[in-house]
Amino acid sequence: MVDATHRAGGVIPPAEVPELELYHPKSWWTTYVFSQDAKVIAIQYAGTAMAIGLVALMLSWLIRLQLGFPGTFDFITPDAYYQFVTMHGMIMVIYLLTALFLGGFGNYLIPLMVGARDMVFPYANMLSYWIYLLAVLVLVASFFVPGGPTGAGWTLYPPQALLNGTPGGQELGIILMLVSLILFIIGFTMGGLNYVVTVLQGRTRGMTLMRMPLTVWGIFTATVMALLAFPALFVACVMMLFDRVLGTSFFMPALVEMGELTSHGGGSPILFQHLFWFFGHPEVYIVALPAFGIVSDLISTHARKNIFGYRMMVWAIVIIGALSFVVWAHHMYVSGMHPLFGFFFATTTLIIAVPTAIKVYNWILTLWRGDIHLTLPMLFALAFIVTFLNGGLTGLFLGNVVVDVPLSDTMFVVAHFHMVMGVAPILVIFGAIYHWYPKITGRMLNQQLGLFHFWVTFVGAYAIFFPMHYLGLVGAPRRYPELGGTAFIPESVADLNAFISITAFVVGFAQLVFLFNLIWSLRYGKEAGPNPWRATTLEWQTPTTPPPHGNWGDERPVVYRWAYDYSVPGAPQDFIPQNDPWPDKPLTRPA
Amino acid sequence: MTVALVLVLVVVGSILFHILSPWWWTPLASNWGYIDDTIIITFWITGAVFTAVVLFMAWCVLRYRHREGVRAAYQPENKKLETWLTIGTAVGVAAMLAPGLYVWAHFITVPDGAAEVEVVGQQWQWNFRLPGEDGKLGRSDARLVSFENPLGIDPDDPAGQDDLVIEAADLHLPVDKPVKMVLRSIDVLHDFYVPEFRAKMDMVPGMVTYFWLTPTRTGTFEILCAELCGVSHGFMRGTLMVDTEQDYRAWLQGQSTFAQLSGSRQTGMVEEAGQ
Repeated sequence: MVDATHRAGGVIPPAEVPELELYHPKSWWTTYVFSQDAKVIAIQYAGTAMAIGLVALMLSWLIRLQLGFPGTFDFITPDAYYQFVTMHGMIMVIYLLTALFLGGFGNYLIPLMVGARDMVFPYANMLSYWIYLLAVLVLVASFFVPGGPTGAGWTLYPPQALLNGTPGGQELGIILMLVSLILFIIGFTMGGLNYVVTVLQGRTRGMTLMRMPLTVWGIFTATVMALLAFPALFVACVMMLFDRVLGTSFFMPALVEMGELTSHGGGSPILFQHLFWFFGHPEVYIVALPAFGIVSDLISTHARKNIFGYRMMVWAIVIIGALSFVVWAHHMYVSGMHPLFGFFFATTTLIIAVPTAIKVYNWILTLWRGDIHLTLPMLFALAFIVTFLNGGLTGLFLGNVVVDVPLSDTMFVVAHFHMVMGVAPILVIFGAIYHWYPKITGRMLNQQLGLFHFWVTFVGAYAIFFPMHYLGLVGAPRRYPELGGTAFIPESVADLNAFISITAFVVGFAQLVFLFNLIWSLRYGKEAGPNPWRATTLEWQTPTTPPPHGNWGDERPVVYRWAYDYSVPGAPQDFIPQNDPWPDKPLTRPA
Repeated sequence: MTVALVLVLVVVGSILFHILSPWWWTPLASNWGYIDDTIIITFWITGAVFTAVVLFMAWCVLRYRHREGVRAAYQPENKKLETWLTIGTAVGVAAMLAPGLYVWAHFITVPDGAAEVEVVGQQWQWNFRLPGEDGKLGRSDARLVSFENPLGIDPDDPAGQDDLVIEAADLHLPVDKPVKMVLRSIDVLHDFYVPEFRAKMDMVPGMVTYFWLTPTRTGTFEILCAELCGVSHGFMRGTLMVDTEQDYRAWLQGQSTFAQLSGSRQTGMVEEAGQ
């Protein structure tokens, strides 16, 4: 990069192209429902994701009822249990986390943070949401069809996903699941192209790539990855749908179902696993990178200190994004693939730990010699570092091929991925909502309710998932509705399971308090003003709060500096907004 | 203050839990002590990093929390510090990866002379097959599975006639003899998992997978399925006994060959039809 990132100034070229005319909504329907404004679409995405997320939360309660108190609840049959587990996983990974980070935060923040008036293709952006909604509705519909939703596990491994021994395998469940995923990917692609092109083409004058806030870098890189990874899932879903509906055998070898030879033959179940994880591993980072970016900005803003090693942070995001496409088979060490692959994938997987560790160091080095305000966003950011670090370190067990062998398919894996891609990113989502809610609504969220929500969620989630690793160490397999009479598992494990369940109910309840806070503060929250956190990034510099359609009034902002000028020596305040030319004079604007 | 305290408590609590809780791995019953050692190395390295990072964070929160009139330091980057941290991390990662790959090389290299034992998974039971006098397993194919031939052994392959077929019963292995577990499934994915052995591997229809081990102590062990295989996955259990050489021989005597079994089943069918 030519301009030194953290120095102000440089030459800001005059605008080369005239501004495009925005689509002006003509009625209430086109303003609030079929809206082409990225901010409205963001809220639609986030609202839908949180609504379906509530379903996933309730499913997790049902799962924990069974695991904590096996045999107590007759309605949780093994069929139902597997359906709960499958739908909980799929909703959380795809329909909540992916949709909320990219469709929600991506839509709201990208145009504002890069100084654009809207996404570059607003109509496709609107369609993206409506197709996502359709995907969610198809998913929900599977709860109401004969046989119920699929119970194949969120990985949907064939052949069992398509057979009678699995709930929904020979009924509608699996078909609706695959159709819903296909719709999701179509919808996502429309939005994803928008996020990428807006970052590349829609930035305002002076906003070089190396001046973008890390939030934008995280979402941008994650979107590029998603555009490359989702097609693998898309073809896998289409091929599997053909296997199920048309009788092809992409993934189905010759096999015996309940004593009868099926008509399938010649397919490869492992091919599906490769396609699934070629999507599935980047998916982890599709969720993690936006969280990395957002948490960097939260820490920097609330510690009143520039993010430590900005350029290293950007490169770490890009390198992690690239490397995550060559690690997928670490999910398959015991799948029966060729054992020599283990050397390659263990090496790439452990290499990815290096840029990831650098990010963790830079977050805590940002705190070091900072001016730490323990606001709600900062608290959630700190909790994120603890849980992400914990979950990342247990990843070094599972990534290291031979260590994975005893731990694979046990509760250790469940604990690991919940910590690292469940708890950690969700803590960032909460931090981000506490941080940006004032911009979105003009009001602050209630502090007392927020503190309650924070402490219960952080301490509770850690108390749930840290001990769970040890269940896996004991040898308790995952995806067992009950452990049954198993000699090598001590009876005290049942007590631990009951403890985890009760803690999970309490943590779940705290999320309802959070939802109540979201609604209550809309009306009764303290007035926020335009920039309550005294932040530097452009979204806090809008002339109106909440920003209207078009964001910037008459003139788009001109950017003079990077996003992290906090506590600059000699500056009149402890922050300098990106569009503030201090100590120079603003550029004269063309008439 | 509270925040720093809680962060310290998270570290102390995690370490105490690790040391004091009763939940630890089952006593080893195979040669894969190497795997346990690698896990221990990983615990030490990751535990040290977790402790150091979280305690440093707690100290930062305590020392640099907001006070009126104090501004944060201005330091965009520190190349030297970043370089050292990167090198340190790379060394730590290598210290885990090197033993990991070394043990993996052992894990995938079956020693000469390991006896073959076939495990055949089906929803939801375990079947086994041992090579007979000829020491060779006959060819098999899921398309040949029938009532008389539950494992799909090729009746035209002479090597298969003397194979011992153990359908939904216990498997016995001799102690201290390396054994190659040859894994097959006739319907969906399964995974042969005996926690005390540490080793496990998926069983994939249409493929033959394997792993090897040497049982190191006699006893009775449970076989669990570790790959979701449908609604009764959690109840797909089997029993494996590691015997002394003598006991193993005695057990072997009581098993039937494929030829005997298919003969008797066909006779049984004829009798049934005749009634």
